[in-house]
Amino acid sequence: MTKETHEIYVFGTCLIDLLRPEAGMAALRLLERAGFRPLFPQAQSCCGQPAFNSGYRHEARAVARAQLAAFARELPVVVPSASCAGMIRNHWPALFAGEPEEAQARALAARTFELCEFLDRAGLVLQDRGESVRVALHHSCSARRETRTTASAERLLEQLSGVECLAPAHAEECCGFGGTFAIKQDALSAAMADSKCDAVLATSAERLLSQDAGCLLHLQGRLAQRGDTLPVQHIAEFLWERIA
Amino acid sequence: MNVPGSMTTLRARVREALGKAPVRRNFRAAMDGIRAKRAAALPDATDFAQRRARAAAIRARALARLPELLERLEQRLEANGIQVHWAEDATQANAIVLDLLHRAGARSVIKGKSMVSEETGLNDALGEAGVAVVESDLGEYIVQLAGEPPSHIVAPAIHKNRHEVAALFQAHHPQREATEDIEGLTAEARQVLRRRFAQADAGISGVNFLVAETGTLVLVENEGNGRLSTSAPPLHIAITGIEKVIERLDELPPLLDLLTRSATGQPITTYVNFISGPRRADELDGPREVHLVLLDNGRARIHADPLFADTLRCIRCGSCINHCPVYVQVGGHAYGSVYPGPIGALLEPQRLGLEAGGSLTSACTLCGACGDVCPVAIPLPGLINQLRAEGVEPRPDSPLPDAGRLRHRGEALLWRLWATIYAHPHRYRWLARLLTALRRLAPRRLGAWTRWREAPRPAARDLHRPGARSGVLR
Repeated sequence: MTKETHEIYVFGTCLIDLLRPEAGMAALRLLERAGFRPLFPQAQSCCGQPAFNSGYRHEARAVARAQLAAFARELPVVVPSASCAGMIRNHWPALFAGEPEEAQARALAARTFELCEFLDRAGLVLQDRGESVRVALHHSCSARRETRTTASAERLLEQLSGVECLAPAHAEECCGFGGTFAIKQDALSAAMADSKCDAVLATSAERLLSQDAGCLLHLQGRLAQRGDTLPVQHIAEFLWERIA
Repeated sequence: MNVPGSMTTLRARVREALGKAPVRRNFRAAMDGIRAKRAAALPDATDFAQRRARAAAIRARALARLPELLERLEQRLEANGIQVHWAEDATQANAIVLDLLHRAGARSVIKGKSMVSEETGLNDALGEAGVAVVESDLGEYIVQLAGEPPSHIVAPAIHKNRHEVAALFQAHHPQREATEDIEGLTAEARQVLRRRFAQADAGISGVNFLVAETGTLVLVENEGNGRLSTSAPPLHIAITGIEKVIERLDELPPLLDLLTRSATGQPITTYVNFISGPRRADELDGPREVHLVLLDNGRARIHADPLFADTLRCIRCGSCINHCPVYVQVGGHAYGSVYPGPIGALLEPQRLGLEAGGSLTSACTLCGACGDVCPVAIPLPGLINQLRAEGVEPRPDSPLPDAGRLRHRGEALLWRLWATIYAHPHRYRWLARLLTALRRLAPRRLGAWTRWREAPRPAARDLHRPGARSGVLR
């Protein structure tokens, strides 16, 4: 393979860009370790999901359209977020149905991958250098149902000899983030976060991981307000930390 | 009839439900139990996918030919001696039922479970007209005694534990010895209800499926209450929505199989009633008259809308409700609607209009659990999301009542501002620079977010800056 064919795009997502760039950096480094040359288009911003899920499709489309321009070359697009990857893959084709960009959106949807899925398929080998640790992997609903990539994340973690992965009760249940749901139904969202936090704390995990920055933002914020000190980390950050 | 109403009242009901910690603990355990039963009854994902593809196809085929099948159904039913009545809305349906009761001189009614009669507020209408109604499904009987609407479409009293039921029974059956034992409570209800079955002038029931080919009303149940309500009194009135029709009798087994497995984890219910006419001349029992009230109440309008017609595939198994992470936190009453949970969030705004029911779509994280378990593959999360869009940016020809009514100037302005920045790389970069530069000034309070969670703080450097050196990250 030429160097050219190793090039891939990384879509950082707005949450990671502004609030958790460490996760994005870790994703870039993991992709490099897997033998790719990650390109980070400067013109990228957001997949449009927040507006899409609030019913504002015109605005979602405007923002998504800008990404079509930013990721114009026919390279795989790797996203360190199951929910943004799911948005592009499952909802952009419908969002652009009947629009001039429909074919372009479909093509981009077909070459978009969630990070763990991409690394797993690429056969990335992880050599664990860390001390032994117990973690809980929070399966985001989008990893479970939108991108169906929870097994990829689990396989990557299984490669790490010092890591024990624990499953909290009701692991299949949503943590209550849901984008603007967290604000529109704030009390309900917090109650769902509490159920999730209690279940995770009951596992004796020393760290909480997820493939989604949204869930982590919500759970970390709730844990902190409750006075719980469980560290929370994006899975990319954790994986890089273990092998670096 | 309950109307879910505004966002403010929905939030108030949610708050109230969240405040009842002991109820929530019981409820959680009950919901876990019902989920486990479904999981045990449908253990294989591939098998489930095949069964549901078949069931979804049967329902879709029936809906595609709805007018024709309803016509055939009416002919067959009448040929069987079942009289058919068409009701456009709740008021008309209740008037038809009342008229039938008056003509028969009926003063007391025993009812089998019927969600459609909840939809029309039939019990209240009968009560106002001086007709005494007793619910005969144990769960419905319990909520009737408590003066509450059902909190679940399959398990109406799932929110109550046996202590609460015992207290209710003590208050309403003072002549009986108090017990908190489940078997004792069941026996008590059974004895009270037996007398009611024997005394009732009329029985009212719902319907699970209508078979056009044979003119049969199909009714599933576990307690025998449906069988008794439809066969002991001299008059039986069934009431159901027009969407429940299927074409052929041989399409029924695959649907029944998935209905009961999805609802209660049973391969089949204790009773499956096939009602195909009143008592015949040579028969010893059964009602002398059987009537069917077919209710539209917005269904024809939903059916005509290609975007939302799939809603009517629903076979009311309650599986979406059982697997909804929102429902399990607050229970059915918090929704304030006849149908709660995901199917409620989808159906009620369509039935009642977006002004009255649209706020229900906010009680959903779009997690997708409902869509995964639906036995007839209704794309619930996608349709709920589409309803949100109809609320704020409707299709030009949207037939939904009050489409666009949920658009608020402030919110719309915020999204426009968001798009104006996020759709323009330079503006977004400028925002990112501003946020990261001023991170120490980031507010500690962010409205509803920080009521429950600590505020996130912008990063010191956004990802675009190291990202710019991509490929040379070492």
